[in-house]
Amino acid sequence: MNPSATPNAPASPTANASGPAPVLEMRGVSFGAMRDQTQVIASDVNWTVRAGEFWVVAGPQRSGKSDLLLFAAGLMPPLRGRYCCFCVEMPVTGDAPLNAFPPVGLVFDGGQLFNHLTVADNLALPLRYHERLSAEAARQRVAPVLEATGLAPMAERLPQTLGRSWQKRAGLARALVLRPQLLLLDNPLGGLNARHRGWWLGFLGALGRGRTTLELPPMTLVVTDDAFAPWVRVATHFALLGEGRFVVIGDRAALEASADPLVRELRAHELPTGATGSETSLWERSG
Amino acid sequence: MDRTEASTVDVSRTSILLRAPVPRSYANYIARKIFLFLVTLQELGAFALITLGVCVRKLRRPAPLIRELMGQQIARSGVRLLPMFVFVAVALGFLVIGQTVAVLARVGAIQWLGSIMVVAVVRELGPLLAALLVLARVGTANVVELGTVRALGEIEALEALRIDPVHYLVVPRVVGMAVGTFALTVYLILGAVLSGYLWAFLQDVPIQPGDYFSQLAGALTYLDFALLALKTAAFGFIIAIVTCYHGLARPLPLEDVSNATVRAVAQSIVACVLVDALFILVYLNT
Repeated sequence: MNPSATPNAPASPTANASGPAPVLEMRGVSFGAMRDQTQVIASDVNWTVRAGEFWVVAGPQRSGKSDLLLFAAGLMPPLRGRYCCFCVEMPVTGDAPLNAFPPVGLVFDGGQLFNHLTVADNLALPLRYHERLSAEAARQRVAPVLEATGLAPMAERLPQTLGRSWQKRAGLARALVLRPQLLLLDNPLGGLNARHRGWWLGFLGALGRGRTTLELPPMTLVVTDDAFAPWVRVATHFALLGEGRFVVIGDRAALEASADPLVRELRAHELPTGATGSETSLWERSG
Repeated sequence: MDRTEASTVDVSRTSILLRAPVPRSYANYIARKIFLFLVTLQELGAFALITLGVCVRKLRRPAPLIRELMGQQIARSGVRLLPMFVFVAVALGFLVIGQTVAVLARVGAIQWLGSIMVVAVVRELGPLLAALLVLARVGTANVVELGTVRALGEIEALEALRIDPVHYLVVPRVVGMAVGTFALTVYLILGAVLSGYLWAFLQDVPIQPGDYFSQLAGALTYLDFALLALKTAAFGFIIAIVTCYHGLARPLPLEDVSNATVRAVAQSIVACVLVDALFILVYLNT
């Protein structure tokens, strides 16, 4: 099966107000840049992401997409407004245990792996820290994730010996280890060749549907990218971040209908190519 | 006549210069330096308190991972530095203690050997030298490592995984350096005292090993042991806090890591000397 040749969108939530519960809710929010939080990235953001949705936030380079995800993951407080994630007001501060945090995973653009640890140890780190597992027990827990992401042959290598594509994949694998319900991905397709792009599109689609071998329930996904085009067939909802504004566009039909010049520009990019069949078999669950 | 006039003129000029107000730029410069010093002191104090808070809250039931990291840091700040410390201890014994013993014997003041050794080596030279060596070998590496970690965005990655960066990165280093500095100071003092006697023996100084060591033991009090432990642990704590602070406290571009290292070394030395001065007050009052 070639997932990107016949892409399936994750289960779409019902469109009415009594649909799936919101997992991410921003009301009148302004947020700043991570490096300088006084520099406002976007103001008066009103955005609701419901369970099971697959959002793509596109914008030009340096528009603050990474800062949006860092903010959404609770790494900095809003400058104004109210932001709740899984009904928990963000950010969670203080010496809170893991279960006090909303189940949110963040995948960085470059993977942001810990360079002194091997790939397997990078994945095992959150388990060893939060669940107080021994090194051996943690390694057993991460083995299926390594297998599903195709990283098993590189498990004992240090991150700097891997190519950028595999580093990004290891970043995804590390985020999945804590079994998040909302996964935030920063520019996952950036700098990848066609084969890796196809893998990511297929794998994220399967994550959204809960169809991976990892036995994870359907996941809510928010992805940032420089363009909408690669995601048109996979994602369900779209938003724009650029020129200091955050605009919720809506579903595919709304994206197609949008007359915003920036949206039109970001829509007009190349379409994705497919993943190889041998790789797909690593993570795709049948049935 | 002319010479007297010239001299009068010079004196009056000097007095005018002394009475003249300090130029505004000088005053501004000094005030700025004092202000920066106070700001740095405040930030370092806040960072130290945060670290102590995390230590108190989380060290009661440390995760196996943190225990493992502490072990690694003790090995890094202690065990791995042993060969260098043995070399320095032997050099210190030969260069300082051996010569001191020889001079004291020559002037007939060998009965003061114990007191001089305890004051010079056990109380002052040993702890300060050990702290400086730990700072040079491990402290500087700390700043570079943590500065790179910060510059590469690994702190954000830790926070995204809900791992407290102070708990994961700073606490093991603080424990490792406090324990390492204490242990290395003890080894340094023992090595210096032993090699000092060896040097005195080679110089035919008429002192028996029993006399030498009994004089040293007689000059030591229980307070010396307690204060030595406290002082060396304090030095290790200070070095760890200052170096971790400069590596982690603010976003650091890669090109600034070297400057941060220089600042950390200078501030660690000043802080250790100031703490040493506080301990001198304790020694003088006992």
